[in-house]
Amino acid sequence: MAEDVKKPEELIQIDYGPPKRSWMDPTVKFERGSYNYAAVKDNQEYLSLPFPRKWQPYEDDWQLPDGWEEIIFKGFKERLEKYRSLRIFMDICVRCGACADKCHFFIGSGDPKNMPVLRAELLRSVYRNDFTTAGKVLGKFAGGRKLTVGVLKEWFYYFYQCTECRRCSVFCPYGIDTAEITMMARELMNLIGISIEWIGTPVANCFRTGNHLGIQPHGFKDSIDFAVDELEELTGVRVEAPINKKGAEILFVAPSADYFASPHYYTLLGYLQLFHEIGLDYTWSSYASEGGNFGLFHSAEMMKRLNSKIYMEAKRLGVKWIIGGECGHMWRVVHQYMDTLNGPADFLEEPVSPFTGTRFENTRATKMVHISEFTADLIHHNKLKLDPSRNDHWRVTYHDSCNPVRAMGLLEEPRYVINSVCNNFHEMPENTIREQTFCCGSGAGLGTDENFEMRMRGGLPRANAVQYVHDKHDVNILLCMCAIDKATLPPLLEYWVPGVEVGGVHEMVGNALIMKGQHDRPTDLRGTPYEQDGKEGDDNV
Amino acid sequence: MNLFFSLVVIAVLIALPWLLVGAAGLDYLFGVIVPYVALAVFVVGLIMRVLQWARLPVPFRTPTTCGQQKSLPWIKPSRLENPHSTLGVIGRMLLEVLFFRSLFRNTRSELRDSSRLTYFADKWLWAGGLAFHWAFLIVVARHFRFFLEPVPWCVSVMEGLDSFFQVGLPIIYLTDVIIIAALTYLFFRRIINPRLRYISLAADYFPLLLLLGIAVSGVWMRYFDKTDIVGIKELTMGLVTLSPVVPEGISALFFVHLFLVSALLIYFPFSKLVHAGGVFFSPTRNLANNNRVKRHINPWDYPVKVHTYEEYEDEFRDVMKAAEMPLEKE
Repeated sequence: MAEDVKKPEELIQIDYGPPKRSWMDPTVKFERGSYNYAAVKDNQEYLSLPFPRKWQPYEDDWQLPDGWEEIIFKGFKERLEKYRSLRIFMDICVRCGACADKCHFFIGSGDPKNMPVLRAELLRSVYRNDFTTAGKVLGKFAGGRKLTVGVLKEWFYYFYQCTECRRCSVFCPYGIDTAEITMMARELMNLIGISIEWIGTPVANCFRTGNHLGIQPHGFKDSIDFAVDELEELTGVRVEAPINKKGAEILFVAPSADYFASPHYYTLLGYLQLFHEIGLDYTWSSYASEGGNFGLFHSAEMMKRLNSKIYMEAKRLGVKWIIGGECGHMWRVVHQYMDTLNGPADFLEEPVSPFTGTRFENTRATKMVHISEFTADLIHHNKLKLDPSRNDHWRVTYHDSCNPVRAMGLLEEPRYVINSVCNNFHEMPENTIREQTFCCGSGAGLGTDENFEMRMRGGLPRANAVQYVHDKHDVNILLCMCAIDKATLPPLLEYWVPGVEVGGVHEMVGNALIMKGQHDRPTDLRGTPYEQDGKEGDDNV
Repeated sequence: MNLFFSLVVIAVLIALPWLLVGAAGLDYLFGVIVPYVALAVFVVGLIMRVLQWARLPVPFRTPTTCGQQKSLPWIKPSRLENPHSTLGVIGRMLLEVLFFRSLFRNTRSELRDSSRLTYFADKWLWAGGLAFHWAFLIVVARHFRFFLEPVPWCVSVMEGLDSFFQVGLPIIYLTDVIIIAALTYLFFRRIINPRLRYISLAADYFPLLLLLGIAVSGVWMRYFDKTDIVGIKELTMGLVTLSPVVPEGISALFFVHLFLVSALLIYFPFSKLVHAGGVFFSPTRNLANNNRVKRHINPWDYPVKVHTYEEYEDEFRDVMKAAEMPLEKE
């Protein structure tokens, strides 16, 4: 965390009044805390991306390649012919303003260009100028703007101030999806070598080592082995966690943070317990050791390049089908893109639970099942021995992650699991959950330290809803099923709502799961001792 | 600035027929030629626009899901908010197009005491928008009285319903009141709300003013000016039967009305008003969420550079061996 961060009381003084100057005059100030650093040259080169160079957004000269306007014009034209979505979204917005205060970045910053409508207008104004008759003839009167360095800097600032969460798209009468517009704008900027470090580095890492964190195969194995050891200490049960095992029935793919970051790690322990307890014949893969896909935040092509590993590895290992772990944008890719990008998965079998016989018909083509679908089915068929009172020290609420909700519809499965393993579950207010859920404010590659202030602003609506249940129901943990959430919600809550922890759904499953041959288990997965008188022990997380 | 520009254009559009029909006697131009040209531009322009959208590929299936997916048999899916079948998609689109489902969700957020965010249901925009669109549809349909002889029974029935309250002389149509009220609301909302004023372009004020001009001139003719309806019907039937005549004695106000309508028709295909057709093509609404059930094909898919397992093992073979991990090649 940066040291010169504003205090919450200061940050929440938000002015929602629009400025005097017309939005059509580009003005961007790169102030500390509200932008991301540029992509690193070496990584750009490793990925064979165009115009790798050393530059930073706060510098006056971005060292743009010669003829950059022409490159963007051509790229824009190409995408208008390849994506009906883009053309439609450029053409039909009526600027009704319904989306304006639906964006967490607008609510948290008051910056009018964070209203989804204006964010889109940044691109649309150039579209009108370059691609419509009215714009070509009438120029500014028709809302057209020429692409200048100033406009480009605005693009960079505001399209890396959108987390592609799709909340605005829920409210738009035409379903205009700013995520789609942001994705296109980022693709255009990529064409002239403009991207951010926190996307470029994970992508390069993932391409090389199989995961965003750049963990090499032996490091991956170490992490999993360490978790197995620790689980034995916690439960007295030695579980197996095979890696790269050929002929296993199921390939399990989780976001890499699950085995390398906290509090993700407790979710990993939960998976390991669950798979052992039911006797799942599965394997991890070091080559496909990343469920997440920062390529989604880069370009369709990069998404495809990274995503290819999952099916290739499933084929190499000869598994029958795939289970995916707790992750948000991973499921946007798996659910809405994977089969189109890298399918057909005709070498796999239609997923059937070996324990309940349930045929996961909703995954007939893609052959990849969400862990909460899998677990909810097990619980529904009474295949697990659960003691929810082992989560009684937690008063939980649940944060719907943007992508599984608005690009899939995963609402009841996690709630069913939570209600089966926890006794104290309280929902946040209805305008902040389910399809109206608020983003953590750090998705789509924006979860960096240098962008800290903007993350706190973007996360304000989420944190504010947590505050509500914290005050009203004494909620002390926010559950979620997304690796970015687990990484970025803890600092967010520490900033706005101290005293609320963040955890995963399968961490709660792990706590509640009664294992055969377990010893006394005096602590939960975090090592927090259970106390007989109901009081919580020392928090030695 | 944007508002001023729109006002000037509207003033010119009103002044042109008003002055030229009376002074220069150009009633054939404004009564026949301009409407024909406008209709042609509207039809051809709109068809071309729709064809342009229709021929564009949809590389990915990306519906915005607003409810529970269809997954396990004992979990109830939300068939309209997250449709998994074509029937569900049709239902979702009907709700969207006929009742503005998404706009109905609208909320207003407020930061209270610099500490608490609250969200209120805010249906005004939904109500205003829906009122305008339905009233406009009915008003347009009522106008078929001028283009068909004999007047079809359904038009008469609609007129009967529309004048349900039997107030005024001539009897006031509800939709006349509603359309002017709704347009006035939509217009003033853009001016009064600072946020909306900030985002509004000339292209946002202009259509509202144009529609208001059309509605007000029409109402004025019917209720106050008491224009020569027989003459007008002669003109409109002449247009329909392709034997145009411009009878004597039609007021300039009628030509203003007709000219504004022509302007709307010409403006329509090249403006944001094409949302009327575009909404049907919106990929976040018109696709079923059956992504994992049925493969969606990207017509322009192309092979990309990937990092194969072999390349990966080649790079990491030594450390994998040392960690006793299985290898393809020793």
